[in-house]
Amino acid sequence: MLRKAIAFAALGLALVAVPAAASTEGYKHREVEWSFTGPFGKFDTAQLQRGYKVYREVCSACHSMSQLYFRNLGQKGGPFYDPEYKNPNDNPYVKALAADIQVPDIDGETGDAIQRAAGTADKFPRPFPNEAAARASNGGALPPDLSVIAKAREGGPDYIYSLLTGYAPTPAGLKVGTGQHYNAYMAGDLTAAWSGDPHHVPKGGFIAMAPPLKNGLVTFDDKSPSTLEQQAKDVSAFLAWAADPKATERKQFGLGAMIYLFLFSILLWFSYKRVWKGVAH
Amino acid sequence: MAGPSTYEPKSGFERWLDTRLPIVRFGYDTIVSFPTPKNLNYWWTFGGILALMLGIQIVTGIVLAMHYAPHVDLAFDSIQRIKRDVNYGWLIQGLHATGASMFFLAVYIHMFRGLYYGSYKAPREVLWLLGCVIYLLMIATAFFGYVLPWGQMSFHGAVVITNLIGSIPVIGPHITTLLWGGFALDNPTLNRFFSLHYLLPFVIAGVVALHIWALHVPGNGNPKGIEVKSKDDTVPFHPYYTVKDSFAISVFLLMYGAFVFYAPDALGDAANYIKANPLVTPQHIVPEWYLLPFYAILRAVPDKLMGVIAMFGAIGTLFVLPWLDTSKVRSMRYRPAMRLWFLIFVLDCIILGFCGARAPDDAVIAGLAGPQFLDANLNSFVWLSRIASLYYFVYFWVITPVMGLTETPLPIPEGISEPVLSHPAVTPAGAVSSPEKRG
Repeated sequence: MLRKAIAFAALGLALVAVPAAASTEGYKHREVEWSFTGPFGKFDTAQLQRGYKVYREVCSACHSMSQLYFRNLGQKGGPFYDPEYKNPNDNPYVKALAADIQVPDIDGETGDAIQRAAGTADKFPRPFPNEAAARASNGGALPPDLSVIAKAREGGPDYIYSLLTGYAPTPAGLKVGTGQHYNAYMAGDLTAAWSGDPHHVPKGGFIAMAPPLKNGLVTFDDKSPSTLEQQAKDVSAFLAWAADPKATERKQFGLGAMIYLFLFSILLWFSYKRVWKGVAH
Repeated sequence: MAGPSTYEPKSGFERWLDTRLPIVRFGYDTIVSFPTPKNLNYWWTFGGILALMLGIQIVTGIVLAMHYAPHVDLAFDSIQRIKRDVNYGWLIQGLHATGASMFFLAVYIHMFRGLYYGSYKAPREVLWLLGCVIYLLMIATAFFGYVLPWGQMSFHGAVVITNLIGSIPVIGPHITTLLWGGFALDNPTLNRFFSLHYLLPFVIAGVVALHIWALHVPGNGNPKGIEVKSKDDTVPFHPYYTVKDSFAISVFLLMYGAFVFYAPDALGDAANYIKANPLVTPQHIVPEWYLLPFYAILRAVPDKLMGVIAMFGAIGTLFVLPWLDTSKVRSMRYRPAMRLWFLIFVLDCIILGFCGARAPDDAVIAGLAGPQFLDANLNSFVWLSRIASLYYFVYFWVITPVMGLTETPLPIPEGISEPVLSHPAVTPAGAVSSPEKRG
């Protein structure tokens, strides 16, 4: 029994140890208490709504979210889900949010390229028509698509929150290039730009994005204080939802499946004991 | 099948069918009456778990293929589409992606069990060889499958592996061109990888049928490593092992479910959520966890071609293992010295996994400035993986043949049935026999 336990422990260790250790040069991201972590965690609807507003009013100027449709905002688990409108395409709030945004289209009659108000079935429009335009407007840097950014970075929403709040004052002795900004949580190697003590190169890296958030930048509809911290937290939560909109459904389904399997295992254990009763082995 | 068939057709239709196509007899003899040693422990349940995993991967994979778009411009988005808009797509995709890891976890336990209990020894060499073929096919299938989401790690992992094949003299570059379908990894590569990823699981299923056939000729081995002598040593597969395997499967599914429902990305790499970009190489290119030990062996060798040879040699070694082992005692229960080497070997494989996940120049013990030795620092993962790789090969090519000739095994019991408590620690002194006379 002990040998089995040791063997299983070794296997467990092997599993835990395997995720590749990414040696980012930035500071380890800050830990945030999210409502949606853990097996029973759920997204905070009010937070998602505030987060959407931050994305819409600030981030969307440069960052696309090409995987998202306006209807997603009103689907179950989404920021503007209303149980009265099971079909998010009927949700008047979502319709109104979509109608605020202009999307490119082709006029069916004339074939001309036009702009029209978005509907629920439209994707979030891209801020730039193509990569070259995006780079040209951002000093050569390409603002990444944010659809799955919370999954595409080690640390997920914790990392995004850290980055957004991580624009520390530039350490004296660090030469920051034009269009670059120092961020303590950005991955990178600052040795080449550092003129101070070579044994104490500051952690962090350069990022082309200027500090995007500041106190009072977004007016929250629920009267939440519009601090930089609050904006960063809310938009990180929104991006976590956007990257994994089925997370809540998955956990709820999982709970049922796990309870079922657990009971089934107990039942099978007793069946096993009963079938093998009287067989010496 | 082992022994004469005990199937008796009960209805008129069964009698009619039995003289034309004895398929019911085949099923009965294979999974109902099949005599199975009664002392199999839980390590033997992984065969059934693996059969189930293959089934799950094929079924979920067929559904995923209905929604997946094998094109460089569409593949990445189509996976997201599956997870967001396809009914229960998040579940099907989650089961499939996590299922690959679970499949490998189970196959590694199955293989270590075979190594420990000498399951590869006569008369089960062909059974073992077929298992090695399945494992090779699994690696190929997993590799092709990992490319399909067309994320950064998919793309650059595929670049690394296909370039490795290019290091083979004379034919290597041609094979690489053939795999790529051009002169770089691009859309034709994705198309043929998708095609092969769909094909190989059915090849695996075919080899699994042969594997089970080869199992059913000599019958199961068992923890004591001695042959079944009489009917008293066995129980019919059903219901005894169907119920025991079902219990083990159910517990395994609990662990599988914990990953699928609560940590679907725990076993993957964040970089694969970034769409493939040939112009941007990730900082660290690492394979999925189940291939890390071989990746470590590859990187342990300074020369590219020699590294490739070492990596394939590590798998190739498994194919000749039945002829490297000189011991007549199957089970390591009765080979205490060998058991110790085996446990070190298991640890060695885990260490290799660690090494494969780390950058080669990283320090093993942080903050310690070790001495430079030859081309690298001694306190680096390069040297750790070199030592671990060396042990991997020494275990099979030196320890296994030498120990079989030099060790003194413990007395092995007469039969499976007696004594009932057979572990060497509790075996009465009288219940012994001469192991050297046994095959």
